[in-house]
Amino acid sequence: MEPRARFQAIGRSLPRAGTRRLVAGRGRYVDDIVLPRMVHAAFLRSPYPHARLARVDLTVARAAPGVLAVYAWSDLQDTVRAWQSRSAAFPGLVSPTQTPLADGRCAWQGEPVLMALADTRAAAEDALELAEIEWEELPAAVGLEAALAPQAPAVHPGLANNVAWTKETLGGDPDEAFAKAALVVETQVHLARLTGVTLEPRGLVADWDPAGETLTVHHSHQMPHQMQAHFAEFFGVPAERVRVVVPDVGGGFGLKMHVYPDEIAAIAGAIKLARPVKFIADRLESLASDIHAREHNVRARMALDGEGHIVGFDVDQRHGAGAYSVFPRGSPVESSAALHLVGAPYRFAHFRGRLTIALQNKAMTGQYRSVGHPIAVLVTERLVELAACARGEDGLALRRRNFTPPGETPYVNGAGQRLFDVSHDACLLALERLVDVPRVRETVRSARAAGRALGFGVACYVEMTATGAEAYGKAGVPVSAADSVSLSVELSGAVRCAASVTEIGQGVTQALAQAVADGVGVPVERVLVHTGDTAQVPHGGGAWASRGAAIGAEAAWLAARRLRRNILEAAARLLGADDESLDLRDGTIVDHRGEARLELSELAHIAAFRGYELPEGFQPQLSLMHHYRRSKDLFLPANGVQASLLEVDLHTGLVRPLRHWAVCDCGRVLNPLLVEEQLRGGVVQGIGEALYEELRYGEDGHLETGTLAEYLVPMAAEMPDIEVAHVQTPYDGTSLGAKGAGEAGVAAAPAAILNAVNDALAPHGAALDAVPISPAAVLEALERGR
Amino acid sequence: MKAPAFRYARPESLDEAIALLVEHGTDARVLAGGQSLMPMLNLRLLQPSVLVDINRLPLSEIRLQDQTLDIGALARHAEVLYSGEVAHMAPLLKLALPHVAHLAVRNRGTHGGSCALADPSAEIPACALALEASFVLRGPRGERRVPAELFFRGLYETALGADELLVRVDYPRAQPGWRYGFQEVARRHGDFAIAGLAAAARVEGGVLREARLAFFGVADRPVLVRGASVEELRERTDKMEVSGTRVYPPPFRRRLVRVLLERVTSSIEK
Repeated sequence: MEPRARFQAIGRSLPRAGTRRLVAGRGRYVDDIVLPRMVHAAFLRSPYPHARLARVDLTVARAAPGVLAVYAWSDLQDTVRAWQSRSAAFPGLVSPTQTPLADGRCAWQGEPVLMALADTRAAAEDALELAEIEWEELPAAVGLEAALAPQAPAVHPGLANNVAWTKETLGGDPDEAFAKAALVVETQVHLARLTGVTLEPRGLVADWDPAGETLTVHHSHQMPHQMQAHFAEFFGVPAERVRVVVPDVGGGFGLKMHVYPDEIAAIAGAIKLARPVKFIADRLESLASDIHAREHNVRARMALDGEGHIVGFDVDQRHGAGAYSVFPRGSPVESSAALHLVGAPYRFAHFRGRLTIALQNKAMTGQYRSVGHPIAVLVTERLVELAACARGEDGLALRRRNFTPPGETPYVNGAGQRLFDVSHDACLLALERLVDVPRVRETVRSARAAGRALGFGVACYVEMTATGAEAYGKAGVPVSAADSVSLSVELSGAVRCAASVTEIGQGVTQALAQAVADGVGVPVERVLVHTGDTAQVPHGGGAWASRGAAIGAEAAWLAARRLRRNILEAAARLLGADDESLDLRDGTIVDHRGEARLELSELAHIAAFRGYELPEGFQPQLSLMHHYRRSKDLFLPANGVQASLLEVDLHTGLVRPLRHWAVCDCGRVLNPLLVEEQLRGGVVQGIGEALYEELRYGEDGHLETGTLAEYLVPMAAEMPDIEVAHVQTPYDGTSLGAKGAGEAGVAAAPAAILNAVNDALAPHGAALDAVPISPAAVLEALERGR
Repeated sequence: MKAPAFRYARPESLDEAIALLVEHGTDARVLAGGQSLMPMLNLRLLQPSVLVDINRLPLSEIRLQDQTLDIGALARHAEVLYSGEVAHMAPLLKLALPHVAHLAVRNRGTHGGSCALADPSAEIPACALALEASFVLRGPRGERRVPAELFFRGLYETALGADELLVRVDYPRAQPGWRYGFQEVARRHGDFAIAGLAAAARVEGGVLREARLAFFGVADRPVLVRGASVEELRERTDKMEVSGTRVYPPPFRRRLVRVLLERVTSSIEK
């Protein structure tokens, strides 16, 4: 590894270069794309959670004005193949074949049944109202426990039961650990279904050129290269003739990582009609058919010895997957991650984890920002507070006693998590300084004396970031953990960068620009970064698992260092100097005294137009491509701690967050502003999970929260100020030392809020174990506490 | 979703508007601020054949009369909220309006539109009830006045005939000795309330002597409870029917009703 370079741009809070354009309304999202002869897709979706299509008559619908086609699955079978969610990571996973439009039967409310293609979206919707369908309702399995009950209706015909997957993990000797424990605390945590609610919904414009046999899909998505592989396979088009272009994206949060049946149907429609097809999910479709997350019931116990050391965990987790396992990554990813992350901040040797995943006649659950972590943190930090309470000690003291030791690296805990470079003590210390804990506790005390119910809660977390190739590579899923970057020196002396990470609104292009600027030695505003086009950027992973800084920026840095060497070599040959004596600073080649010798733009001009000025036979390489895959450490553990101060209205049950604090160690911080805003956004989503967001189905399987009037997202007016501090423990396996930061905000916020609510309710003998915390649940808990 | 096709008419006069309503009856919907109607059209919950856009009609005036403060049906929530005459003569509205949705909605949404829609969780109908407002309806046979207690008939149901237009809401001018209180319980600012209370009360020496409490969000329409003392209001409120949902079951709403009563009456007596 080369010695650390001087950082000028890296570490600075620079605003995102693209923000001004977006704020000025110059963004180009997929719905802004209008192609000649483009038609619009609309879907008729199943109104029932489970029903057979007894009869379908499309005669009248197809004759409606402005309509080009109304398709059922039988019409698309010659164009696209069905798919099945399978993964070597989840052997034995039960998930039947999925089709883009229902194959004679619907297994969840919102499942696409028919697709109309028309001159306008309105005309397409009009046509669907004229489709004649006779439905034959089938019994539905809806609730998580109900779906797993012995007499539950089968989610799909022929299933003996609705178990999609089970797993048991054993570490150490949990039976003995619990038998010998001085203290065992237990909780039963429930997390409701929710979803990511991107500001910009899912959407695409698909364009099939039958002459060139080329498929172009403008796609609001996190992973263009992954989708290129899927589209090639599904439509039988050679992958090099599939181009996926990701324009500006208004948020991904994990829900734009998957293959959605409606999107595949829209592409099939474009191929059949040989006309561009636009499909933009509206908010009703988003809430009903975007990937859902959560719906977990977790029974967990924690054993401690007489000195208050955690010795083990026993976790029994149930998770509702919906009608199928989401393609391609699989619905068990969330619950499996959650199970193994229980207890992650702490040292413990004994573990038993049991996981049961249920199929249900509901939309699929899948990966949402901070996959699984909030569940594990909620379970762990609730248990920690219960234990501290039972021992009559401070929760922070119990945490400190049990933190994974920083010296013992790597530390593998009883659940098999491999932890290194974590800094829980330092983060907690930073939090205590940021919060002024004694003062906040005094605020809580004096408010309580005045009859108000304030509460203070803390949650520590580990966030597994920047996943390595072994995870999906071994599972046989075409999701890359590597990144590639191409760099070229422009004639103007600017550096153009094309990267395989995807900009989805998180600002990763700014982090890359800073890495390239310092790596090469040019001003950051002279670096242009392009992402999101399989025809223009090299292959790589895109946006997932908080990998942008840890993998994408590392690739950019390594590329930049190579380009710098090439530049200095060319300059040395031109100037007849020793390239070791030259340096590139702010776009100028300087000698060892720091005196300017050559502008980078001049070198680029010579290479382009006056190559004869260079020594005979020398070919300067002012553009290059670099590929980077981390070859060790499957995950980079980031860690941190959050705290919440809030007030519970004991009469109405309403919870009002007053302040929130987040301390995060994501290794070297490339751009503090980006990290802080990622954390704040994540905290807000975590507060949403704790207090507001719930996709509620009736017992009959009908979604009751189908609009944003019923599905409550966190709004600015209710959000507290969120104060952020950094601890930096650089990862020593890379040049930059960055770990992931994009999801950490979500990981601990629900637990911090739940702990704070329980702190507020404790003097009244009440406690809660379910999120979101509804005001009715607060009053019921207070009633029970009386 | 997109709205289905409809015809669009923008009458230039009240007579023209009434004629359109007479012609199309229940097939027509009146478009005022559009803050509820447009989403309903896009959700295809309503599929009218004609939309009668009344925004060009002279119905925006807020006028102080001898006995009343008259608010034109087209007065925007923001105009009512920031009106000095409203603050002076119908202060309850000024207390309530900040709770109506968000700024952008208040800039477009209208006083009459909120009343004519009659959402049971809406703030303005409850205020109209507590203030004993009367609703001025104009139809082919001229104008008629309907007191608030008779105007709200049920879930999204009012005394408005299919051929009638709500043109004005007349509020009796605030009288000396009367005080007003408004509170609602909502999980987020701007949401429809889980339960709310708009109250007008006569207070003598810090003691409530006469009150009209209009609870909203707890039944299919705002519910009026009258009483001559806090004790009497408590008794009568406890007898009030309260509806609920799975998330906000009736016992929970009933507790909120009681909390609102205590909080609003004590704020009035203070």
